[in-house]
Amino acid sequence: MKPAEAIESQSEAETAIEMPSPLFGSCALPIFDHKNIVLGHGSGGKLTAELINKIFLPAFSNATLDKLDDQAVLDINGIRLAFTTDGFVVTPIFFPGGDIGQLAVNGTVNDLAMSGARPLYLSAAFILEEGLPAEDLQRVVDSMGKAAREAGVQFVTGDTKVVNRGKGDQIFITTTGIGLIESAVNISANRARVGDKILLSGYIGDHGMAIMSQRENLEFEGSIESDCAALHGLVANMLATCDVAAIHCLRDPTRGGVATTLNEIASQSKAGMLIQESAIPVRESVKGACEILGLDPLYVANEGKLVAVVAADSAEKILGAMRNHPLGQDAVMIGEVCSAHPGMVRMETGVGGTRILDVMFGEQLPRIC
Amino acid sequence: MKYLDEYRDGKIARKIVDEMHRIQTQPWVIMEVCGGQTHSIVKNGIDHLLPEGVELVHGPGCPVCVTPLEMIDKAHAIARRPEVIFCSFGDMLRVPGSDGDLFTIKSQGGDVRVVYSPLDCLKIARANPEKRIVFFAIGFETTAPANAMLAWRARQEGLKNVSLLVSHVLVPPALAAILSSPLNRVQGFLGPGHVCAVMGYEEYEPISEKFRVPIVITGFEPLDILQGTLMTIRQLETRRAEVENEYSRILDRAGNLPAQKLVASVFSTGDRKWRGIGMIPNSGYHLRPEFEDHDAERLFDVAQIDTQEPAICISGEILRGLKKPRDCPAFGTLCTPQRPLGATMVSAEGACAAYYAYGRHLQGSGSVDVPVHSIGAA
Repeated sequence: MKPAEAIESQSEAETAIEMPSPLFGSCALPIFDHKNIVLGHGSGGKLTAELINKIFLPAFSNATLDKLDDQAVLDINGIRLAFTTDGFVVTPIFFPGGDIGQLAVNGTVNDLAMSGARPLYLSAAFILEEGLPAEDLQRVVDSMGKAAREAGVQFVTGDTKVVNRGKGDQIFITTTGIGLIESAVNISANRARVGDKILLSGYIGDHGMAIMSQRENLEFEGSIESDCAALHGLVANMLATCDVAAIHCLRDPTRGGVATTLNEIASQSKAGMLIQESAIPVRESVKGACEILGLDPLYVANEGKLVAVVAADSAEKILGAMRNHPLGQDAVMIGEVCSAHPGMVRMETGVGGTRILDVMFGEQLPRIC
Repeated sequence: MKYLDEYRDGKIARKIVDEMHRIQTQPWVIMEVCGGQTHSIVKNGIDHLLPEGVELVHGPGCPVCVTPLEMIDKAHAIARRPEVIFCSFGDMLRVPGSDGDLFTIKSQGGDVRVVYSPLDCLKIARANPEKRIVFFAIGFETTAPANAMLAWRARQEGLKNVSLLVSHVLVPPALAAILSSPLNRVQGFLGPGHVCAVMGYEEYEPISEKFRVPIVITGFEPLDILQGTLMTIRQLETRRAEVENEYSRILDRAGNLPAQKLVASVFSTGDRKWRGIGMIPNSGYHLRPEFEDHDAERLFDVAQIDTQEPAICISGEILRGLKKPRDCPAFGTLCTPQRPLGATMVSAEGACAAYYAYGRHLQGSGSVDVPVHSIGAA
């Protein structure tokens, strides 16, 4: 489970669920709750949040989990550890710019890095489908080894299961990681304060559109490559450049994209946000692919980007530090935290209007025309 | 992006709005016909750039919204059958019927697939000869050529396992129905750009003339919408009522003739029920008799399904431009995109869904006081 990827205003979800149905009498469209899991429950959007709030939290609730961050921060005899886990089920398993193995390492490393931790150790659990070519497994595992070495982490334990053909989809990988947090660092999605600046480390939507264009067999001018990368080095640069207390929130906008990440932070910090659409970097090829497929790049997954909410007086310095790192060279300031509309993200559009940047409902669906 | 960013330029937008301020002397109510236009308006915050007194109301042009509930129920009844692979455009999957949506049916074992092109169904049919492939052929004139092509190719190739559940609707009869209503408030239209790319705009000329109403065929980018709105205001202010073409980079008066020919060879025009509005004579397409072997409604015997809409929902009035989403007591509380009660909340293109996603931080209904007559309508 990864609760923090899909936080939505809990109170709103509860109101919606407890609606008085008698109002509708013979209503032909009853308010229905899904009796089965649908794909949208894994989208990182509102349905995922509903699942977490209704099923997982009631069973597991505790002070650490209830923060719903991307990682748990554990204080053990004065030593602060970051601890996280993540499942990877991407299809196709090899895609432009990466593969499921590299993703499984970097995804977990990034979840640790977003707490300001130095990633140390990983575990890996494999669920393999009968018939998977051994050569593919070799490629994936080699890629994991390489990514781990580059990130300076070690796999120290693991597990393997094989399921019948048709009961899995080639290969599912779950990685778990622990890292060490320096004592002064205090980063959490609930720490955004009015006046803080919002930074984004580079071009958005690359990973999601690389996968989508591969899946749909679409070819675009200039191929789109996944941005899959480990971000702990970039975070270390940021922490080294300023008083560490100036970095309030860090999050990698994976499933649900930048829009969902901003909403999570706004909701958990009970603060409003105002974003400038024109400041958000999107590659021409990604924009084009999104237009064709009817998707919004702000909701498309990234695997090598971060969003930072930082104290205003350190913002320029931190931005400079980001730009000095290869993974942050296109970093920009995209907006700020404000007092209006707490819990809500608003965006000034390119043509000068203002609108809400909402959380996704479920799966991003291509529109009909 | 080439030919995209050019139409999203804030400075040019400002100039167009300034020109509106300069020429506007009184309040006007203008309807954008297409769901795609509604989406663009709310997504780009265009409604809040316009001069006070220029009110955009949202039209019936969201194909997902106006597909009748009973048709959704028919689709679901077919999709539940074990021998069926049910193919659909993506945004139909979340539309709730009387019992769940296509996502639910998929989660219960139904084979439901999203296709980008109706012609993908041919590939699926060839690969699965033992299955029956049903395509949910909905939409306006825009999607009709591709849907017609599916029926035509399936017949041509003798693919007996391909059929279409057709719920096609047409824009001009809906505009005439809106203008004929004694409650009508609409004084000018942003006409449907993509519909006219297929059909041309000749058929809008008699409507404009009969009801004395300006119709400006308009595109979907922010500057298209602003320019189309300016052209409509200009006509209204000078008491003209003509069909004009803002979207001339895409379409001309005649439209796409080969596409029209194909559509006419596969579909005939007949009465259609619109969700939230009701029956409109001659407002839809039906498969011609020679395609009856590809008519899912006939093949799967779902004709008896007849479902009623919830009473609280005002989507019919919204689709006719009489009310705005925030006029509805259920908006955002009892009715949300996760649990839509009616037509205009179910699709991202629907006016209620667009308001919910992009504009619910704003207070009030957004309506302005405007006389309830158009320059032509009775």
